[in-house]
Amino acid sequence: MKFDITLLLPELVQLAIILALFLQSLAKPRPGESGAVMAADTRWVPLAAAAGLALAALSLGASGRLFWEVYQIDGLSQFFKFAVAAGFAIAVLNASKQPTLAPDKRADYFMLLALSAFGLMLLSSAVELITIYLALEISSYSLYALIPLRGKDPRAAEAGIKYILFGAAATALALFGLAYILAGQHSSYIAVLTGKSWSWAGSPLGLVGLTLFMGGFFYKLALFPFHFWAPDVYDGASNETAAYAATLPKLGAVVILIRLAAMLQPGLQVTTVLAVLGAASMTFGNLAALTQQDIKRMLGYSSVAHAGYIMVGLVAVSAGGLAAAGFYSLVYVLMNLTCFWVICRLSGDGRNLKLNDLNGLYRQEPWLAFVLAVAALSLVGLPPTAGFMGKLFLLSAAWNRGYDWLVIVAAVNTAISIYYYLNLIRHAYTVEAEGGSVVVRAGGRFWGGVLAALLLILGALPAPVFKWAEAAGKQLMP
Amino acid sequence: MIHSTWPTLTILVFFPVAACLVLPFIRGDRAVRVFALAVGVVELLCALPLFGFDLSFSGYQFEEKAEWVRSWGLTYHLGMDGISLLMVLLTVLLLPLCVLCSWTYISKRVKEFHISLMLMTSACVGVFVALDFVLFYIFWEAMLVPMFLLIAVWGGPERRYASLKFFLYTLAGSTLLLVAMVAFYIAGGTFSIPELSTKTYPFGFQCWAFLAMAIAFAIKVPMFPFHTWLPAAHVEAPTAGSVMLASVLLKMGAYGFLRFCLPLTPEASLFFAPVMIAISVASILYGGFVALGQRDMKKLIAYSSVAHMGFVTLGIFLFSLRGLEGALMVMLNHGITTGALFMLVGCIYERSHSREIAENMGLGKYLPAYMGFFGLFALSSLGFPGTNSFVGELLVLIGVFAEKPWVGAAVIPGVLLGAAYMLRLGQKLAWGEPSRAKAWTDLNAREWLYFAPLAVLVVYIGLAPGLTLRAIDPTLTRVLGELRTRSVAVASIPGNRPMPELMPQTIAARPEADPTVALPR
Repeated sequence: MKFDITLLLPELVQLAIILALFLQSLAKPRPGESGAVMAADTRWVPLAAAAGLALAALSLGASGRLFWEVYQIDGLSQFFKFAVAAGFAIAVLNASKQPTLAPDKRADYFMLLALSAFGLMLLSSAVELITIYLALEISSYSLYALIPLRGKDPRAAEAGIKYILFGAAATALALFGLAYILAGQHSSYIAVLTGKSWSWAGSPLGLVGLTLFMGGFFYKLALFPFHFWAPDVYDGASNETAAYAATLPKLGAVVILIRLAAMLQPGLQVTTVLAVLGAASMTFGNLAALTQQDIKRMLGYSSVAHAGYIMVGLVAVSAGGLAAAGFYSLVYVLMNLTCFWVICRLSGDGRNLKLNDLNGLYRQEPWLAFVLAVAALSLVGLPPTAGFMGKLFLLSAAWNRGYDWLVIVAAVNTAISIYYYLNLIRHAYTVEAEGGSVVVRAGGRFWGGVLAALLLILGALPAPVFKWAEAAGKQLMP
Repeated sequence: MIHSTWPTLTILVFFPVAACLVLPFIRGDRAVRVFALAVGVVELLCALPLFGFDLSFSGYQFEEKAEWVRSWGLTYHLGMDGISLLMVLLTVLLLPLCVLCSWTYISKRVKEFHISLMLMTSACVGVFVALDFVLFYIFWEAMLVPMFLLIAVWGGPERRYASLKFFLYTLAGSTLLLVAMVAFYIAGGTFSIPELSTKTYPFGFQCWAFLAMAIAFAIKVPMFPFHTWLPAAHVEAPTAGSVMLASVLLKMGAYGFLRFCLPLTPEASLFFAPVMIAISVASILYGGFVALGQRDMKKLIAYSSVAHMGFVTLGIFLFSLRGLEGALMVMLNHGITTGALFMLVGCIYERSHSREIAENMGLGKYLPAYMGFFGLFALSSLGFPGTNSFVGELLVLIGVFAEKPWVGAAVIPGVLLGAAYMLRLGQKLAWGEPSRAKAWTDLNAREWLYFAPLAVLVVYIGLAPGLTLRAIDPTLTRVLGELRTRSVAVASIPGNRPMPELMPQTIAARPEADPTVALPR
């Protein structure tokens, strides 16, 4: 088979960024050269990430197979690479002036961040179970190292340990499942596995294996009951790291779950497992978020709920459903990063923000207050934001596919979730501040505004982006 | 029918949004108010082409259609018929009046206040002219946020509780509307409201869809057991917020019944009509009795709204032309009259800083112009002959006595209650003792300016309702005709009568509705 290196352009750019950062991190500060100068050197990273995003956008239509069929470039992989590149660009821009990170560690920090995103890109193209496992580990390991990087905060260390223990357990589960799948279905290629039976009667070993293997990704997605790490890790990690950990890894999980779900039919036992976990996840996540005072913990539980919403698209097991799940995960990344953007800007010294810290935001920072409101409304799924369109596509795709109850549960959950998202707006707009002020740079306002505008534009005109997700869905389930 | 390239409706919906983009760059509270007033007036002028409305045509006019998301069948589709015409005119008229009545009432965060007000207007006009289900839903929900802010930022002491209750109640109701919308899309293969209204759905599907939609609309109306958010929201909201809430928001619920429940689920509407009528009568009586016991003027008017909106839903579910005409007339007139009454309360609140009746007594001697307007609007509210509300209530009563005399007999006490609570309020305000009003000034020119147009409308519609009725009759006749023919069509399918299971039968009973058509592949 012809090896066409241009198919790998987004990955290669990412690799180049990693190598450059690696070389930069090797440089020792010479005597007389202060750390601040070193730190200034990482200013090129957001630009390089933006270039990577542009290349990922250009390669949206690419298709092909590489490396003995284990690496597939198709609509789905390119859509998710685009999403990862977009998320990575926002995340590095967000983290470029991280207050809780020593300046001489910045190059290492960005290298690990880029490595994790690189793993996610590989994940979106992997179509063979062992390759998937390797890509998953590439993306996870660098994240294990990132979580505790928060000054000398012991809570961050605690969060790091929690994350790695949970991760190790979930990965072991996934490996165990992988072994069962190999034993039961005699192949690790998704293309071969698609033709097999996945019912209990057809292949009990394969079914158990698949469920366990998915468990590894439920952990990444923070789906109930694999969610316990999410609030604690968000809480412990620095705001900027949490912004990354809360968003991009979910993309990797969703892309694999989409590929696995495409092997199934509605009504199978494993689809029902997905539906039940989805319903439990959104209900539990929303109920638990109601009482949170810490914004990052609240967003942690909200991410548990959103993992449940994504399941609605997966259980539909149709081109439309998979496309909706893909689109929603992109929107999820965008709206969560917008929310974290505001949090990171407001937390000048890198501490965790409570709801009360938002009081009077409308007066001090009217622009960021608006950005936060847009992000919060999008997370609820209220029109005219992108969150609404994503949810509408999810619900329409799943209706009449045998899981109508899940659609109703999802709709009712929207009503539950409004309370705590509205709390963000309520504190920002209706409560007066008791003092204290925030210093926000003009760049922070500008990019926040860009993110909010993106959410509104995607809500009003979803078609240009959605059509890529749709093409991906059609390729998987013609 | 009017074919014109001038996008009247798009301009009406998006002009205030565009104005909001300019507003942040204006400095000074006074300049902001003047600008907002100018926007209101221009918006009103933009509505002038609506007077080219073809009174004899029963379908949608001023239609605009553009592709939105092709694969999901979403279209940007606007249009208006007789039902929406009146509501749009009412909404557009209220924007400049709301700006005027907040001129001195709102003193903090003036810019944000007017932005919220304009966004509200946009969303409300959008709700009434959207002909695509999703577009409708977007406007329907988009209106919640500015209304929430109006109450939560500029409201009274209990504003947090009231605004949250308002938001939670209405959002909880409309989540099920979202599910119904998705179900209709799968069953009917389109989001277009006119197209969906030409299709027939199995009875079981209709019942569930009706219930899902009716809860959303009943909360918005609000009907009796779902009304509790309304007094709280009204009492705490600033005057302009109360006016928008009473005059426009409540109408959306009734509009939803007319636009969705009757055409989309005709058979289920007939099936549930007795329940809806019973709840309507309960709303009329309950609202009236509770209004009678109020000491707070705003609460009294809020409960009177519950009663008046009971007349609307009663008229709708009679399924007679008189009933529907009456319902629409009450919608319009309640918008005019109750809006004016809330403005009057706001007006006196600026003088007395209290909404208690006991604090605002004996105004007749010192504020004659104020009391004059109050008398007129109070008479209108209780349905006095010669005022606008009389026309609407009379039509509903004619309809109800023609169809169900026993229900009519139950409603009559409600009408009497209306007279009792409004006259009691008017009497205390005019002649009550002791009076604190000695030092207060009567209405100034600005206040005259916003009461006068409403007073003219009260008398005009009261004495010459012909033009209004002619505008709505063709549409209502069409709605009613479709309801009759299509409910017969559904009823004739054997085995459809008992209330069946939720979804599986939907597919089974409708072989022509292939689910694969709806899902893009």
